[in-house]
Formats: sequence, C-alpha cells, structure tokens
Amino acid sequence: MTKQLSAYSESSSKETIERHIMVVWVDNESGVLARVAGLFSGRGYNIESLTVAQVDDEKHISRITIATNGTFSVIEQIKAQLLKLIPVYKVASFKVDDKSIFRELALIKVITDKKNLEKAKKICNSFGAQYLDTTKTSFIVEFNSTRREIDRFIKELKPYGLASIARTGPLAMAKGAEITEVNKGKVL
Amino acid sequence: MSKQLTGAEIVFKALADHDVEYIFGYPGGAVLPLYDELVKHKNIKHILVRHEQGAGHAAEGYARSSGKPGVVLVTSGPGATNMVTALTDAYMDSIPLVCITGQVPTHLIGTDAFQECDTTGITRPCTKHNWLVKDIKDLPTIIHKAFHIATSGRPGPVLVDIPKDIQFQKTEYIKKEDVIKKINKVATDINSKEIEKIADLIVKSKKPIIYSGGGVINSGDKACELLKDLVRITGFPITSTLQGLGAYPGEDHQFVGMLGMHGTYEANNAMHDCDLMINIGARFDDRITGKIDKFSPRSKKIHIDIDPSSINKIIKVDHAIVGDVGNVLNKLIVVFKKKYPNFKNSNKENISEWWKQINKWREKDSLAFSQGNKTIKPQYAIQRLYELTKNQDTFITTEVGQHQMWAAQYYKFQKPKRWMTSGGLGTMGFGLPAAIGVQLANPKKLVVDIAGEASILMNIQELSTAVQYRLPVKIFIINNQYMGMVRQWQELLHEKNYSESYSEALPDFVKLAEAYGAVGIRAQTPDELDTKIKQMLKSDKPVLFDCRVEKVENCFPMIPSGKAHNEMILGAKDEKDTKISKQGKVLV
Repeated sequence: MTKQLSAYSESSSKETIERHIMVVWVDNESGVLARVAGLFSGRGYNIESLTVAQVDDEKHISRITIATNGTFSVIEQIKAQLLKLIPVYKVASFKVDDKSIFRELALIKVITDKKNLEKAKKICNSFGAQYLDTTKTSFIVEFNSTRREIDRFIKELKPYGLASIARTGPLAMAKGAEITEVNKGKVL
Repeated sequence: MSKQLTGAEIVFKALADHDVEYIFGYPGGAVLPLYDELVKHKNIKHILVRHEQGAGHAAEGYARSSGKPGVVLVTSGPGATNMVTALTDAYMDSIPLVCITGQVPTHLIGTDAFQECDTTGITRPCTKHNWLVKDIKDLPTIIHKAFHIATSGRPGPVLVDIPKDIQFQKTEYIKKEDVIKKINKVATDINSKEIEKIADLIVKSKKPIIYSGGGVINSGDKACELLKDLVRITGFPITSTLQGLGAYPGEDHQFVGMLGMHGTYEANNAMHDCDLMINIGARFDDRITGKIDKFSPRSKKIHIDIDPSSINKIIKVDHAIVGDVGNVLNKLIVVFKKKYPNFKNSNKENISEWWKQINKWREKDSLAFSQGNKTIKPQYAIQRLYELTKNQDTFITTEVGQHQMWAAQYYKFQKPKRWMTSGGLGTMGFGLPAAIGVQLANPKKLVVDIAGEASILMNIQELSTAVQYRLPVKIFIINNQYMGMVRQWQELLHEKNYSESYSEALPDFVKLAEAYGAVGIRAQTPDELDTKIKQMLKSDKPVLFDCRVEKVENCFPMIPSGKAHNEMILGAKDEKDTKISKQGKVLV
C-alpha cells in the first residue's frame, strides 16, 4: 500500500469520457481567443482542435468550435465556466449522435510519378474530392467530410505520394429547425 | 460639442462618479499623468503603500469590510506583476476590486520597452475581466464597465491597463448611467417550483443542517438578516465556512461552529449524518468536503449560489437555485411562512432527536485545550483577545496558517464583515495590509490583525503605511517561531521531518515596531497576557504585539488525509486515549 502523504489528493471520478464539440459565440475583440484557450489550459481541459471565424460582420460575433474530451460533469463545468467569460454570450455542446451535423475540411497534396499519380487520382475520384491544383507531378485536392471519413481517405492515399495534409477541426450544427438559445444563467 | 478631457481626467471623473473615497497605490513612470491629476481631486484620498501587493490586500480589506469595491492604482511592469497575488486572492474569495495599471505608450507595446509586461495576458486568469485601452474613445465606457463587472453577480477583481499616451489623449466623457443602461443584463428568475420543493424538504427533514458561506456576506446585510430569519423559523442547526463567519452570530445556540478541515466535531458530524443539507452561498471547497466519496452520504442536498459554475462542480446536488442569496432567501421565507406558519414549534419534536445527537457531539468539546501556568497557549491568547474585545465592534483580519484557524475557532463573530481572511488562495502577508484597508473604511473602530510571526514578515513594510496615515491597527502576533501549519503537517504527515519550517533569525518585534514609529509590546507568560492586551487596546498608535506562545501546539480538531467528516482527529485530550490514538496514527 502506498502511503498517502498529502491530504485530499485522490481522484475518485468513475464517469466515462466522451468526445464533445463545444461551440462558443463570442464578441470578436482582442484577447478573446486567449481567454477561451486559457480557460481550457488553466483548468486542465483538453483541446483536440479549435476553429474560429467571425460569423456576424455587423455585431462582430465569432464562432469558436472546440473539440474536447470529458465526462458529463466536466463538459457541464466547461460550459458553465465559458459562460462566465464576459465576451462569451452563448455556449452549446454537440455529441456524435443523430441530432447534429459535423464537418471537417482537409487540403491534401500528392507529389509522385505518373504511375502513382493515376492510382492516387482514382482514390480521390472514388471519395469525391475536388481538385484545386494539378501539375505533371502533383495535385492538391479538397475533401470535406466527417473526421472518420477523412482519416480513411488519408490512409488510402498514403502509399501513393501523399506529401502534405492541412485539416480544420470539426464544425458542428444542430439538425432540423433547432438553434442554440442564449443560455439562461448568463450573469455579468 | 461637449468638453474634451484627457485620459487621466476621465479616469478621475469616473472614479468620482463611482463614489470612490480611497485609492491604494504606488506611483511609477507609466502612471505619472494619473498622479498629476490625482492632486486636483481632494475627495479621493490616495494611500501610498510600500509594496504593490500591499495596495491590493489593503483594497481587499477595504472592500471586505465596507461592501464597496476597492480601487488600486499601480504602474506598469513590476507594479502590475506585484499585484498578481492580490488579484488572485480577490478572485478566489469573490472580492470586488478595480485595479488600474499604467502601461508603456501604445507605440512601444510589444518592443520589450522599459517596465513593459503583458499585463492583460498575465492577469487574464486572475481577474473576472480585464482590458487594455487602445483607443481613448473606449476609456470612459471601460472604466464604468469595470466597476459594474467587479460588483455585480459573483463579485471579483477587474483590471484596466492604460498606456501612458492614452492618459494624455483627449475625448468626451460618457456618464456612468449611459454605459450601465446599455449593458445586457440577463435576469435569472428564481424558480418558484424549486422554492416549493425546498420548503417541502425542510418540513420532511429529521436531521437538517444549514451550511452557509461567504456568498451570504457578499449578498449584503439584508441577506444575513434573512439567514437569521430562516434559522429562527426552522429551528435548524447552522454551520459556516471560514468566509461565512459572522453572517450568523457565533455565540448563538443554533450555531454549531465552523465546519471543514479544522471545523468543530459537532459541525462536521452533523454534515456527515444529516438527511438534508442546505448550502447557502458556499462552494463545497476541498477544505470543507474532505473525501468527496464519503461526503454526507445520506443527505438530500440543496445549493443556493449566484454562480452557475459552482453548481455540481464538486458535489452533485438534488436541488439548485442560481441567484442572489438575499433574493432567494427572501422568496423562500415568504413561501415557507405562508405554507407552514408556526413551523418551529410544530416541528420541534420532529428534530429533537437530531438536536440531542448534536448536543452529544458538542459534549466532546473539540476545541478544549489545557492552559498551564508557564507558557501561553495560542488558543488561550486568542480566547483572551476575544474576551477583552468582544464588547466593542471589533474587526479581525488574519494572515494564513495555524493562527488563522485558531482565530476562526476561538474568536466569535456576531456581525458580518467583521472577519477578513484569505481563505481561497491562503495568502500569507494578507492580514496587515488588509487591516489598513479595514481601518480606513471603519475609522473609529478597533482593527486587529491576528498574525503569525512568519506571515507578518511577508508584508511587514506596510507598518510604515499604518504609521504614515495614523491608522491604529493592532497586530497580534502568535509567535511560536515555526511556520506552525507547515510544522504541524510535517509532524502528522511527514514523520516529523521539520524541513525548513523553523525561523532561525526572527527580528525583535518590539524593537522593529519602534523602528517604524509604532508601539511594540511583548507578552511571555499567561498571567501577564491580559494586562498586556489591555495596554495594546489603550494605545492610539499602531501596535506590534509579540505574543510568545507554546512552540509545538497543533491545531485541532482536524480532518486528516483523504478522510471523511466523521473521521476527525481531536485535540491533545483525545491523543492520550490509546484506542483513538492508534486509529489516529492509521489515519495519517
């Protein structure tokens, strides 16, 4: 038995960890991304990927999408903590289920000889990727799909001159006529 | 077109708009335009501290004892970094502070200029919000918002970083009201159904406990009155966190003492065995809960808190109401009185067994200690201080460590805002500057900093501030020549390996006091203690009181490592009992 020296150091969480996509609507002001990212690192939450862009040019609102992992209570805590940030006015979390849509974008460059180029193009065509640039020895395709599908696409291309990969994190949106309301309990 | 004002003028106009009486600060290159302006404002008094951290804690003391925000003005670079501890302290204990820092001129930002630092970057995690003012036009709005955010919802510190060139530039002033009315406030309605449910749970409970915290004090004096009202109409026992002391009178029979790591036996056992826990404005801090798995296993839990992120953060509760404690209590009491008039008498029998049990726990007398006739016991020193000061309205601040816990245990607070201690962050060096702020907010009142000889040395330079402004704060040092709490943990948990916890070369505190122009008093034996304390109280100057106490006294009762509320180690008396002593050893 290891002797425990300091008080209250045991962690006793038994909940399962799930992947969640947090969507955070913020005022697009300087330092806001640092506030959100700092909250995650400061409280020990994980950021798997992060995507941010202004979505409302008049009100200067940006939508930050963060893929993270956590138990149910951790996800609830992240939401509550995010809502305490002054420039944050709306937070939603999405899980991989039939209620939401997820999309990621990948740009992929292939550089190879003529023989492999043909094989690579065949794979691209079967996945329905879009060609953005082609030369005699290379091409760039754009592919947007789910994370799993992009992973599969990359795996198949790998033996045929895959040279560079650029990927966004996921974007998420609720299916149907639902939109995220401004959260209750937002207090200044 | 209305008048154009400089940035510095705008800052002071806004401070006046927010009825600021005192600024705690320290000048420097990047705030000189603000200090130029300061002399023109006779209604705003500047308190020159000796170290910026002192300014922060003094502002906290002012805020904690007055309910108004504390204001700090410091320079860029080291001025700002020295404020980090105080900002973090205020953030942890929900104290409203508005900190104004100077910054290098905008065109020098990012060039590693002299006394430049990324102030907003450094203070982002330790403020509720902060701003770097890049455009003079934003300045009036930002200052008003700063005050609003610091004081609304769950209060906390905010920081406004103003580059030197912005302090010189001119723009039009915007009035406070014009800014505040534009702030988007999302009102939180109190859920009436939840209130009804809570009222019904109160009626059904056979073993209830009310557990109140600093949120009640932050909510205001009205909330404290309502808390008393709730306790009175229910006849329930009440315990309090460290921060909540004083919200409910400490001498009242229904008060079972502080709970948590160094709480009373009766409070912690009542928390463990209760069937209904009503948490009012507390946050299930780790010093309160002990081992989470074993925390009050058989109770329904109700949580009232203004901060939604406090709900279910550590302990899952059955019913939560997010809102200002005062508003929630008001609604609850109205509903309860209407639904269950004369509840206290009709319910007496229902909870009589519970009270019997609590009184049995009380008989353990977990705060007992034995005072011999040679050396002063620290508990005795605080008990005597209490007895000799309880008849006047006394304000107590503390540093951090054993003396802080003993003060919480043996000093009984009858009113809110009389107890200012660094609870969340546990900042040694808090007490003296805090006492200065308290004394300014409460000019004629007795203010005592109960200190340890190690803690006091962390901000001793502020004694000079107390002397300069003739603030007769009393610094009551419980001097055991050890970092007592460190020593206690080393004794109990690290096999008496007293690594670096003994102070080899302490100053002569009496001479030190005299060097600063204050009064030094020393007490060494129990029979001279009362006379010396009286001598301290009579003095109209700041006093440094060197109370020499038993060196190796431990602070009991205590919940040891990873244990539950019902597994406390009791005091010296208990240690002698071989049976419990064995268990005690297994516990640590």
